[in-house]
This record gives sequence, structure tokens and C-alpha cells, in this order.
Amino acid sequence: MSHQESSVISEKVTRVDGPSKVRGEARYAGDQKVDGQMHAVPVLATIPAGELESIDAKQALALADGIVVLTARDMPRLHPDLDNITVPPLATRHIPMQDNLILYEGQVVALVLAPSLALATEAAKLVKPIYRTHSYINPEHQVPQSADPARGNYSGSGPLDWTKGTPDAAYASAPHKVKSIYTQPSRHANAMEPSAIVAHWHDGQLTVWDSMQHISSVQITLAAVFGLSIEDVRVIAPHTGGGFGVKAFVWPHEILAAMASKVCGKAVKFVLTRQHMYNMVGYQPQMTQHMALACDEKGQLAAIRQDVENVTSLTDDYVEFGSAAARSFYACDNISISQRVKRGNINLPTFMRAPWDGPGSWALGSALDELAHEAGIDPLDMRIRNHADTEPQTGEPWSSKMLLECYEEGARRFGWRTRPEGGTRDGYWLRGFGMADCSQGQARFQSSAGLTLTAEGTAHVASSFCDMGTGPATIFRQVAAEALGLPLSAVTSDHGQTGLPAAGPTYGQSTTISTGNAVLMAAREIKAKLAAHLQWPVAETVMEDGCIRRNNERLSIKDAMKLMGMQEIASESTFALPGGAYVDMGAPGRPARSFGALFVEVLVDPDLGLVRLRRATGVYSAGRILNPLTARSQITGGIIWGWGMATMEGSHLDPERGRWISRDLAGVPIPVNADIPADLDISFVEEFDHEAGPLGARGIGELAATGVAAAVGNAIFDATGARLHDLPITPDKILGALRLV
Amino acid sequence: MHNFVYERANSADNAMDLGHRDGAAILAGGTELLNWMRIGIESPDLLVDIRDLGHLDRIEEIEGGLRIGALCRLNDVACHPAIKRDFPVLSSAILQSASAQLRNLATIGGNPLQRVRCPYFREETVNACNKRHAGSGCAAYEGHNERMAIFGWTPECVAVQPSDPAVAFAALDAVVIVQSTDGTRRIPMREFHVLPDEDPSAHSVLGRGELITGIEISTPAPHSAYLKVRERQSYEYALVSAAVTLDLDGETIRNARIALGSVAMRPWRLLATEDLLVGKRLGSKDIAEAVDAGFAEARALSGNAYKITLARNAALRAIELASEN
Repeated sequence: MSHQESSVISEKVTRVDGPSKVRGEARYAGDQKVDGQMHAVPVLATIPAGELESIDAKQALALADGIVVLTARDMPRLHPDLDNITVPPLATRHIPMQDNLILYEGQVVALVLAPSLALATEAAKLVKPIYRTHSYINPEHQVPQSADPARGNYSGSGPLDWTKGTPDAAYASAPHKVKSIYTQPSRHANAMEPSAIVAHWHDGQLTVWDSMQHISSVQITLAAVFGLSIEDVRVIAPHTGGGFGVKAFVWPHEILAAMASKVCGKAVKFVLTRQHMYNMVGYQPQMTQHMALACDEKGQLAAIRQDVENVTSLTDDYVEFGSAAARSFYACDNISISQRVKRGNINLPTFMRAPWDGPGSWALGSALDELAHEAGIDPLDMRIRNHADTEPQTGEPWSSKMLLECYEEGARRFGWRTRPEGGTRDGYWLRGFGMADCSQGQARFQSSAGLTLTAEGTAHVASSFCDMGTGPATIFRQVAAEALGLPLSAVTSDHGQTGLPAAGPTYGQSTTISTGNAVLMAAREIKAKLAAHLQWPVAETVMEDGCIRRNNERLSIKDAMKLMGMQEIASESTFALPGGAYVDMGAPGRPARSFGALFVEVLVDPDLGLVRLRRATGVYSAGRILNPLTARSQITGGIIWGWGMATMEGSHLDPERGRWISRDLAGVPIPVNADIPADLDISFVEEFDHEAGPLGARGIGELAATGVAAAVGNAIFDATGARLHDLPITPDKILGALRLV
Repeated sequence: MHNFVYERANSADNAMDLGHRDGAAILAGGTELLNWMRIGIESPDLLVDIRDLGHLDRIEEIEGGLRIGALCRLNDVACHPAIKRDFPVLSSAILQSASAQLRNLATIGGNPLQRVRCPYFREETVNACNKRHAGSGCAAYEGHNERMAIFGWTPECVAVQPSDPAVAFAALDAVVIVQSTDGTRRIPMREFHVLPDEDPSAHSVLGRGELITGIEISTPAPHSAYLKVRERQSYEYALVSAAVTLDLDGETIRNARIALGSVAMRPWRLLATEDLLVGKRLGSKDIAEAVDAGFAEARALSGNAYKITLARNAALRAIELASEN
């Protein structure tokens, strides 16, 4: 970037959507009202396996006029076009209310519609399904199986088995080794805004206001469900109140709402309750990871083995690729991984912050710490020694990587080298210090954006991206403002609906790198058009301070446009991936990944089994940071998310009844402000990543949630000498590990 | 939703009258009643709002102690100078309850009436829970019971009483004042909640049409403390809690009262421990032995053996904290 003086990138710009949210003006999907709309409330299966024999809706229908009870026989059948939609973006091939089979507790068996939510809720309680039960298969108790490529496409997104070198032989002959099993429970995301949709048909066309993470996915999927052309489906989502992956794909409630609206001829609003969010959308699955690591006398890794199992439904094979960590984190000649699934009567898991590397970094980051202690090497030195200079799976050079600098800066800021001995007392507390790697593969999606420059010196960004509150609507204005040499206030944007250039999704920490690059390219195209009109060489043309300049020749945008006789210049650009790919993990030959190092101090009360976070220092390598304010917010959110994963969160199935227990925020603790120290120390080692895209940036949203659980577990070990292998690390487990129970 | 009639009582007599009707529920702070109505635990036909019973929202000195009106907000009780000075165990228990917002709304008379937090009890669709449907069984007994009882449970109910203030009140030998059209009853907080061997479907001894009008505490307990153990640091029910009051003669315990929370269907007094602590020196080994004696009758469920250790350690810690107050 040659014109730093006018840069609005790298400035602490507050979010453009902030004021409307603070004032309560922002309208989310559930806030939409269509005249005559009906409210939908589902009737959910109360058994985990069986068949629906009949449904008695008499009482419900008698409650009041205007109540509709829809059952499978009322619903339209899925159009064959849906067979052409892969899973994902269709979340699951199993759409309820197409037959009578019940495959999981909480499956929708009927949909009650009424003019008011209160009436629909009351009527739904009066609907009496009659079941024939089948024997329940608890997925957590099943023997792990190979994933079946016919059960959805999730299993195809990574290797299910992969070996490099001879890990078993290397393990056997190494002087230091550890073998352990790490587990974690299923976890639900519980975004602040539950999933919600309003579906409305008009003249054979479908409009939905939806809470989601990708406009195009919803559009193409709903079009296919009904055999419509894509143009006949309009999707609107100005705000999404958090998603965490759970709103990434198209879940059955979105399809059911659209079907219900078609059947009843009125708009249908379907807002999931907190309880519904446990059964009707995905979650991060319960996992078991078998780790075996070995190193030589100097701590050089000789072998890494990561064998991962996760639960999934009977409907689709969702594979949680925790083994991405073994394939990506450390330099090692001998690596072996496997992925297996355990199927049962349970709703389908999904990608949840942070997928793959989140669980993977918990197991690998903990096992490496175990090995460091076994070999008598400082955990940080262990990581420096095994730094992956190139991508371990392919040997290809990274797009860019500043992890060694992160280690150094993090250690300096935290005081790692001068930390007190683990187990040092502070009143009732034992102090413990731990660190771990943060790392997340970088997904890039094909993404388009439009940009218009007007003669008044304003610009307008148009792209269909979703803003979940993480800041893309703000950042993309910054990108356009800087590239066009305009003040931020001169740039506006439209997003979150169809009819705009199609953006990639808002997940996989891919939004900035994908759509942001498209915006930058569109701005460069405008500059090129202007330069061409002026017959200036583009390379000598600069846009700054509302002007276009070549050496000493300088014109205001207004004058330049007048000269050219134009009111506006528009462009539309696509951040296209090599080979026409829709998604990749970095340019061919230059894999992209974000990195970081997290250092934590925890306090452990060995009598009461309590663990508290005293301080944390995180230093990250994620390319160029476009907005330090939203970047910091993403990182602190990720650390807090990770603290929850490490010390308190878990969704448990009742072992007999196959249902999630505690389906609300009263029964499952998640971190509160009182748990988090005020001064989380966050910083970035910035670099311009030329290989990842023209913006020089990589993603941070998922990165922040990786490595946290491992750093915490390692610090608890440092404090107590007890190694915890099972998340969350709660008082019962700490007391158990200290052999007090 | 289920339609209901809303009435505002204009006197205690009027409240008891209305409260005696079929399907009536008393509305005070409303923070729990709203949960019940949402989940389907209760579907009242008549809500009797008692907010206008002004005389019930005061803390008054009575002979040898304080009478706390049932409608006092939790935060007002916790921050009252006499409570802070003479009954720190109560102030602390309240301030560790719920959230600041809830404490500004919830009343001290309503708080001990909150129902168990057992996830099986709190489900929208109940399978087996004797407290939701008498005779339906107890899914928690063989289900997820990590947070359940270690004292006084039966296979018919293993849930625990969740109120923090009730535990402090039990340690203070507080008395619940209850009025009905039949007159006034004085019920020790220690006996206010019902153990499952007596009735697994019951929560408290409060009968239909009875109204809690106040809670009385007597002997000041400046050497007292409330310890609450929980995964997160606020807005969370206790895994276990311990309320301790000490009457000290220098370093020697003249008298001790210990109540544990979240270990049984009522605040659980460690009476054997209290007897053994008389005459013991603070900091001596005798203290731990005395506490251990109180756990002789503790029984773990399949998933909560740790709670016996945790509750024991919490009691020991709370004794230390009380002696430092």
C-alpha cells in the first residue's frame, strides 16, 4: 500500500451497525411482520427412535378459530431438484415431515400455525402424537465406523485416513513418548439470536427473511426444494445475531416454514426457542481423540498419531476433522491420522466455532505439553523446536507465517521465561502457567462485490454478505474508502440480500479474505477506468483525499467525472479462486493458515476443585489487521468461548431417553463477565500476506477459539501436577485427578 | 398460552382469601413464577399480586433480632446495615444468588419457594419426575445426577433445594412466619422444605392459601460466612454451599451452626459436627474430624461421589472464613 497517509484501514473504526443495534432499531428476521402472517410452533418427537402412528389434533384445532395443524401428509414432497444440492449447503438430507420415521428426539412431527404466537404455542401442547417406539441407539456407546461418502458430503472435506512416513516404527523406537485419550462433550452454540425465518409466497415467488450465515445457500436450496428458478427466491438478512456455524447451512426449519407458507397461503413466521436450538440445528459433536506422540532427546518430534472419533446422526455422516491439527501444526516426518464416526439416534452435528482445529488443538496441544514434560523440555521450547517451516502434509511453503515472532512476543509480554514455579501458593489458590498454539486453516470462497463511485465523491459497496455482528459491513467500507481515497463517511453499503453480487459465506473465518478482496478488486477496477478515461497510466495514478492524482496533476473526483461526462462509475469484481474452485485453503502451492500463541495463568483451588483465569496473553499472526477494534473483539470473544469449552460447557444426552438435558441457559453454565479478567492482552504480529489475497489479510474468527482449552489444561497441570484429559475441566474432575475423590 | 385472571390483593386477608381459590398462585417478584408458567410447571388460572401489601417490605427490629418482611427485595436485605453488620452470612448468601437484576426484583419471601433446578424437573416435556407428576418416578436417579443430592435422597427424588438465602437462614435458625385464614404458623427454616422420604412430590410445607409474611432471625452472628462453590463466578447455582455461624471465645468455639446447600432437598444442618465442635480450638485437627462426623450419613449417587468431598471441604473452608469475619 503506497498511500499510508490517507489510510482508513488499520484504524479503530467502530461498527457501522452499532448505533442501530444499541437503539434497538436493527430488525432481525424474527422482527419482520407481514400482513396476515401465521406463527409456526413445532410439535417435536418425544422419543428418539420409532414411527409416528397417528396424530390427534382435535383438541388443538378446537382451541380457537384459525388454527392449522400440518402433518406429513399436508406437506409438499421435496422436488427432485433438491437431489442436486449437496450436503452441505443443505445441512441434512433428512427433512422431517416427509414420512413417519423418527430418527432422533426433537424431530419435527407436526407444525402448528396460528395468528398469534401465544395461540400457536398453546395449541402445539394440545397436539397428541401416537408413537411406535424402536430401540434407541445411543451414539456415544457405538463402535466407531468408517464414514460413508453416500451419507452427505461432509466426510469428503478432508482425509479420513492419512499417513506420512512410518509413525508406528518411529514411535516404538523413540526415547520419549506419550499416549493418551482426550474427550470432549457435545456443545451447543446458543447464539444470542435463535434461528428464525419468515417465509412469504407471492405470485409463485418466495421471499424469506432469515437468520443465517450465507444468502446464496438459502436461495439455491429453497429454490431446489420447490423446483423454482433461483430468481424466484428472494432472501433477506440485514442482521444475523451470531451464528457460530449453526446458521451456516440450510436446516429443516427453513424448509418447513417455506412449505407451511405455501400450504396455508399466508406468510409464516417460525422463530426457534432456546430449547428448539438444541434439536433443530447442529452442534459440535462429542469427540474422543486417541493421541500418541514421541520425540528424541532434544524434543524433536519423531511421530504424531491422532485418531479421532465423533458422534453423528443416523441421517448423515458429519465428520469433525480434529486431525487437521496433526496434519498442520508441527514439523514431523511420521504422521498418521484417522477419522471415524459413531452413529445413533441423535440430531446431526455441524461445524461450530472453531471447527476441526478447535477440538484438534485441544488434543494435540495437550499431548504435546505432556510430551514436553516427559522429555524435560519447556513447552515453549518444544514448540519452537518443532516449528513447521512448511506445511507438514505437502511440504509446500505457507502463504505467510509469523508464528516464531508470536512466540517471542507472547513470551515477552507474558513473562513466560521468568514465570514463578507452577503450584506456587497465593492464599487458597495454586498458580499455574500454560501455553498452546492457536492455528486454523484458511478457507477462501469465491466472492463477488459491486462498487459504485459517484460524481459527488461518494461510493457504495454492494454484496450479499451476511454480517453476524463481527464487522464485515464496517470493514468493507474501510477497504473501499482506502482504495478510492475517500473518507469513511463517504462510503455506504448494501448487504444481506439476494439481488446483489453474490458473496461467499460468513463462516470459516473467510469473509474478510473473500469478499474483502472482491471489494478491493472492484475499487481497483474503478481506478483503472478513471485512469483510462484520463489517459493516465494506472501505475502512476493515485486516489487520495477525494482526488485522483498523477504526479503533480490533481483533479477532484467531481472534476474528473465532469470532465469525463459521467455521473458515476460502477464495477463488479469477483475474487475468483484458481481453477474455478468455489472454495480452497489458500492458493495452489501456498497453503494459508492463521497462527498464534496463547499464554494463560490460572488459579486452582485444590480443595474445592475450582479453576479461575487470572490473565491471558495472545499474540497472533493473521496477515494484515484491517480493523484493530473488531479484530480484538473477535479474539477476546474466541478466548472467552475457549474458556467455556475448557472449564464449563457441555450438552449431555440422557442415556436412556436420547434427549438433550438442560436445554436452556439456566442449566448449562457459559462464561460470564465475572469469569474473565478485564485486561486480556491481545496483540498481532502483522505482515502483508501477498499470497493469501490482494488485501494481505487472513482470518481470525475461528483462530481465536483454538488452543484455549489446551493452554488452560496445561496451566492446570502446571498448578497441580494433575493432567486432565476430559473436557470440561470441572471441580469433580479436578478433585478426582488430585485423588481426593 | 393458558389464560389467567390477574388480581391485585389490597390486604393480607384479601391475598389469603384469593390465594385459597382453585388454581390461584401468589405473585411477588415473579422471577420464578414466570419460569414455571413458561415451562408448564404451573398453569395458574388466577395470579394474586401481593405487591401492594406495603407493610411486608420492611426490615424491623424485634426483640433480640430482626423481622424481614416477605416482600423485601433480595438486594435490599443484603445491603441493609444491620444485616451486613450482624448477619454477614445472610448478606453474602444473597449477594451470591442469581444476578443483580434478579436480586432487584425477587423477594426474600419468594426465594425459598423456588423449585428444584433438576434438569428433568425443568423440562418442557416431562418423562419421569415425581415433583412434576406424582408417581411418575425419578429420571435423575439413574440419569445425569452429578449435581444431585448426597443427603436425604430416595430413589423417588434426588433433587436439591437451590435457594442460597434459605441455607443461610437455616444456619441462623431463622423462622418463617406464615399466615392463612386459619391463623399464623411459625416454621423453622430448617423444617420448611420437605425431604423425599416424607413426600417426593413436595417442595415445602406451605399449604394452599398460606402466605409467607416474613422471616425472623434472632441472635446476631458476626462470625459467620457463606461459601458458594460453582463453576463460574456469578449467576450460577451452587454445586455445594456452606453457611457457618460461630460463637467464639477467643480461639475456642463455644457454639457452631453449619448448614450445607445443594446437597439435599432442604438446607442440611451438620448437627453431629456442630455438637463435636463445641469447645474445640480453631485451626486444630479436631475441626476436620468434627466435620467428617457430619458426613457419616452422606450417600453418593452414581455420578456425584465428588460432592461428598467437595461439601466436606467447603464446610471446613467456611468455618475458617467465618472465624476470620
